[in-house]
Amino acid sequence: MNWISPRALTRMGMLNMNRRNVDYISRYNDRTSYPLVDNKLKTKLAVAEYGVKTPKLLQVVRQQHEIPHFRTLAEDLYGFAIKPAKGSGGKGITVITGRDGDEFVKASGARVPASYLERHLSNILAGLYSLAGTPDVAIVEDLVQSVPGLARYSFQGVPDIRIIIFQGYPVMAMLRLATKASDGKANLHQGAVGVGLDIGSGQSLNSVQFNRPIMLHPDTGLALENINIADWEEMLTMASRCYEATGLGYMGVDLVVDVNEGPLLLELNARPGLAIQMANGRGLLPRLRAIESLKKHHFTPETRARHAMDIFASRH
Amino acid sequence: MKSRSRVPFFAAIALLIIAGISIATWRHIEIGIPWLTGEQQPVWMVEARIDFEASGEPLLASLNIPEQSPGFRILSEQAASPGFGFSIVDQDGTRRAEWTKRDVSGEQTLYFKTQFIPDPGANPDRPHRAPKPMAVFWEEPQATAVREVLQQAEERSSTPESMTRELIRLMQPKDTQAQNTTLLVSGTNYLDLLVRMLNHAGISARTADGLILEDARRRQPLSPYLQIYDGEEWLTFDPETGEQGLPEDVLLWRQGADSLLDVTGGGASNVSFSMLRQTIPAIQLAAMQAEDNGLGFLSLYQLPVEEQSMFRMLLLLPLGALMVAFMRIVIGIRTSGTFMPVLIAVAFVQTTLVPGLIAFTSVVAIGLLMRSYLSSLNLLLVSRISALIILVIFITAGLSIAGYHMGFNTGMTVTFFPMVIIAWTIERMSILWEEEGAHEVLVQGAGSLFVAICAFLVMDAPLSRHLTFNFPELHFAVLGLILLMGQYTGYKLSELRRFTPMKAYD
Repeated sequence: MNWISPRALTRMGMLNMNRRNVDYISRYNDRTSYPLVDNKLKTKLAVAEYGVKTPKLLQVVRQQHEIPHFRTLAEDLYGFAIKPAKGSGGKGITVITGRDGDEFVKASGARVPASYLERHLSNILAGLYSLAGTPDVAIVEDLVQSVPGLARYSFQGVPDIRIIIFQGYPVMAMLRLATKASDGKANLHQGAVGVGLDIGSGQSLNSVQFNRPIMLHPDTGLALENINIADWEEMLTMASRCYEATGLGYMGVDLVVDVNEGPLLLELNARPGLAIQMANGRGLLPRLRAIESLKKHHFTPETRARHAMDIFASRH
Repeated sequence: MKSRSRVPFFAAIALLIIAGISIATWRHIEIGIPWLTGEQQPVWMVEARIDFEASGEPLLASLNIPEQSPGFRILSEQAASPGFGFSIVDQDGTRRAEWTKRDVSGEQTLYFKTQFIPDPGANPDRPHRAPKPMAVFWEEPQATAVREVLQQAEERSSTPESMTRELIRLMQPKDTQAQNTTLLVSGTNYLDLLVRMLNHAGISARTADGLILEDARRRQPLSPYLQIYDGEEWLTFDPETGEQGLPEDVLLWRQGADSLLDVTGGGASNVSFSMLRQTIPAIQLAAMQAEDNGLGFLSLYQLPVEEQSMFRMLLLLPLGALMVAFMRIVIGIRTSGTFMPVLIAVAFVQTTLVPGLIAFTSVVAIGLLMRSYLSSLNLLLVSRISALIILVIFITAGLSIAGYHMGFNTGMTVTFFPMVIIAWTIERMSILWEEEGAHEVLVQGAGSLFVAICAFLVMDAPLSRHLTFNFPELHFAVLGLILLMGQYTGYKLSELRRFTPMKAYD
């Protein structure tokens, strides 16, 4: 058994679960804003006013009897994603990447009939994937086409970028790459690879899978040390805008880079996980305290992103 | 957002914990509820036996019984006398046990049993009115002798107590000035004489009878004592030695009453006493006394027995909740459903651990198998859960019947498990299995069972059952601890393992 002493963790400023819940989430996140982030449909509408783009909404299925309409819509679609509006952690998301005759091709390559998708919609409406098991709505979105520069690192799935936004300032970021172990999903606890990103430049720092440092992607075999995210400042600014849109003081912003649309917001998370610290190889606390001790906050997302890039840049 | 000062919060928590513990301590001292189970307290069982010869007339036997003996409290009284009418009569501040029968002859025996608890703090109430000394008349030549002896005693004393002591000393035959004494003592009852002389000297005096307590003695007589009134209370003296005060092992059976036993309609009456030192659980004692104590209102013993047993169970729940809070906040064990482990632990308390574990795991395992079929039916969530509840009931019924036919009574205990909770557990486990794989199901299932077993061990310990039921106020302290844990922002034990790879960056 391997243990790390609590003193070492404190020295590195590692944020832990209890402190995150008491000192950050419950202090800076107003409960009334939760529905905004827990419901993807509301998130889409809220951030649209602040100029944050999301994948194009194709259809919303609210009632059981609307499911047959989905089949007519799906006739003309090539690639799309079905998501539960209140799902969390990527649960219940089905991605269709193409057609094979009457059948649909899933991201994993499996072929499924239309009845499979209808049953999936029915499950979503019943609340199978929603946070408290409450009835839900299903949203059908345009398929995100990841930029090839990033997509090649990921095994299936779309790589996404998680940025922690604290009081409107980006404080830490990582790139999440799906693996075979994570079944094409970008969740770290399911085995996705997390690549820490330098806030100052968008350059990759360390990489972890299952909390252990790695150098190469386990499936694609590509080296992870020289990834560079394009348009980094624009992405940070976009993530900072979500603070104005939701009012949440401590949240995780998940972005993807679409080959046609550029950066898109996938979802917001009011309870972002702690694994981002492992991917970056440093604790969140010093950065959070740096923001908390700011005498004067910057008013625009642009200045906040700029300021964060200055103070949180890694010095190589 | 501003961070509020934590001081009032911690002060409130400290107040809660201190209040809980101090109320418990207070009740422990006042009512005598023991801290530990199985604590014993000595009790004296004294049995008065009355023998007499009935003459065939209507009979009334009346025995003086103690009301307030210094140094003792009465726990229970009981008369054993088949065929006799019995009642306890309160008369001019003295209590008498009275047996009555219309037609009785021959040798008769009556019993009266009393349990006494030694209690150094127990003192008789003071008399409402100060007793007046009796007027006493003497005939010559005693009158002169009395006057002389009293004069001598008075010269050597200053208070009623010292006067009494001196008088007793003077009345002893060994005293040098034995002339007057011999004259007085001859032919009369010595103790009555002392009482009369003291009353003559203006000091209220009376006789009392005491019983020397020794374990397992039978047929003991009462010993006489002298009591005088000092203006505030009755003081007891040994009439032979003049020693003031009552030895600890002496129980005053009769005080104030004129006679110990009166038998009308019978003769040759005699009272003798047997005694036995018993020990009874201190908790039983406290329960018996709670009723007449002001603090008794806090006691759950006054509820009907059925409600009491329900509260026994309910009051254990906070301990389980405390355990779950500790395991999740400080240790960091993942469980399926926040308080599912507590409910399972409550069921374990009723089934005992091993049969409960076997029953629970088999119900959940069979339920998971059936649930995998349900999931292929593509049902709506609510009807799926409802179907699962019915299936769980079928499973428990099946297990009970199968267990019964195979000769295991343990099969029957399955019914103690909360069906709806089990159904939800199965549902959650099954979704977890589909989404995160069997490993996560094992981790959370084992975590839940581990926490349930810990909660069970805490709740099942005789000490915690005893403390939670007899000192319900201790739950303030439990509440305080839970609130305190809600403020714990330190690392969980599990995080020390999770973050181990960070060593590389330190």
